[in-house]
Amino acid sequence: MKTLDLATTTLRDINQALHDQAAECTEREWRITGAKGDHNLACGLDAALSIDIVGHAGYYCAGMNKKAHVVVHGNAGQGVAENMMSGSVRVKGQASQSAGATAHGGLLVIEGDAGARCGISLKGAEIVVGGSVGHMSCFMAQAGALVVCGDAGDALGDSLYETRIFVKGTVASLGADCIQKEMRPEHIEYLTDLLNRAGINEDASAFKRYGSARNLYNFKVDNVSAY
Amino acid sequence: MCGIVGLYLKNPALESQLGALFEPMLIAMTDRGPDSAGFAIYGDEVADGCKLTLRHENPEYDWEALAEAARAELNAEVSWFQNATVAVFKMHCNAETATAFMAEKAADVMVLSAGHSIEILKEVGLPEQIAGTFNLKGMKGTHIIGHTRMATESAVTMAGSHPFSTGEDLCLVHNGSLSNHNRLRLELKRQGIHFETENDSEVAAGYLMHRLQEGDSLTEALENALTALDGFFTFTIGTRDGFAVVRDPIACKPAVLAETDDYVAMASEYQALTTLPGIENARVWEPEAARVYVWERS
Repeated sequence: MKTLDLATTTLRDINQALHDQAAECTEREWRITGAKGDHNLACGLDAALSIDIVGHAGYYCAGMNKKAHVVVHGNAGQGVAENMMSGSVRVKGQASQSAGATAHGGLLVIEGDAGARCGISLKGAEIVVGGSVGHMSCFMAQAGALVVCGDAGDALGDSLYETRIFVKGTVASLGADCIQKEMRPEHIEYLTDLLNRAGINEDASAFKRYGSARNLYNFKVDNVSAY
Repeated sequence: MCGIVGLYLKNPALESQLGALFEPMLIAMTDRGPDSAGFAIYGDEVADGCKLTLRHENPEYDWEALAEAARAELNAEVSWFQNATVAVFKMHCNAETATAFMAEKAADVMVLSAGHSIEILKEVGLPEQIAGTFNLKGMKGTHIIGHTRMATESAVTMAGSHPFSTGEDLCLVHNGSLSNHNRLRLELKRQGIHFETENDSEVAAGYLMHRLQEGDSLTEALENALTALDGFFTFTIGTRDGFAVVRDPIACKPAVLAETDDYVAMASEYQALTTLPGIENARVWEPEAARVYVWERS
């Protein structure tokens, strides 16, 4: 394992060292110490690395991640794992707004709470939040899944496409075209598997499922007179 | 984009270090606001009378002549000291009388703040330079709020620099932009609130002052602000005894709070909190949208 300390190595050099592993992987395990809210830590990775970040991460930590497994031993700022393609990101503490925004693939686990707009425009990644999420989570989310073990804020799943949402606690309000749906056996099976992969000890049958009513997909002919 | 920071001490033993604890917080927000910076510090209370922070374009301005004129005109004791570009006047009269005197007899003097406890110090330039100019690290007090500005709605001038104060011991720092400030300013002017600039953030400070004058508590004034103000905002507010944080219902503008037995700290980004003592074990959280957080000395 190779350790890099932000007190003695610049963020640019740390990210470059991690990027260099894409061409030739010489070290799989990395530890980044001394994080004090620095932005853009471990961004744009493209190698099957295991990275532990010790301290709090700033904005866009592990953004655009491909293949790597990143663990933040602290809190994460805005946009953690934004546009992730594959691999995994785990936040041991809490995450700020727009966690997992536009993420296409991979698994994002936030052990604490996530702020507003968690999984906004989600495009296929899976997000598991141990605590609660803020307002406008999964706004315009297209594919993938969001699991919330606590409560969800206002306007959950507003203008939702095909992302699946599971919430154990209460939902402050549902957004436009988002409805509660039946939790069928295949959903319990999927959620059980996802919770296992996320390492979160919860009973899938205690969750409610939400999804798109698909009423916004097509133009309503009733509105034609407006044109 | 702007940076805002605040530090409210719960432990009086830290009061002598307020400036030293706060200086790195302000400087840490330079990336978010390199155009101008300022802070409002509460302390060195003038219980019997008032305190004004004053600024003049001319660094050689004769403050003693102004103090002498005030003594003669108001028949009140006046003491003063200079801190770089500003002078702090302590006057044995109420703040209303003191500011009226300044407006009438020294119209070219800018009144940055008035009250019992508040001093506002602000300049155009980098936060580090401004902290050094005013010797921030040597300052004592109970609470302090600061701002680093990246101008969007108006020019990089002293007039556009935060914090804004529109009433005694009240000040506000703002990250965001308001969209209904022109209409609201007109309405508030009709209610007798005076504005110095065309800046949107000053309208927010004026609105709070108006609500407080109408009898609202600080919490009530901020709850009313959530409906009256349209736009993006994270505010940190200081009063003589209190400290508050509020975000608009959309909550796009960032904010982090940290609390220990010794203090409550607020910053736009966590980076600004890392130098505080005991931050490793502090309760750190993101304030919720449209929720008013207030700490007040009883």
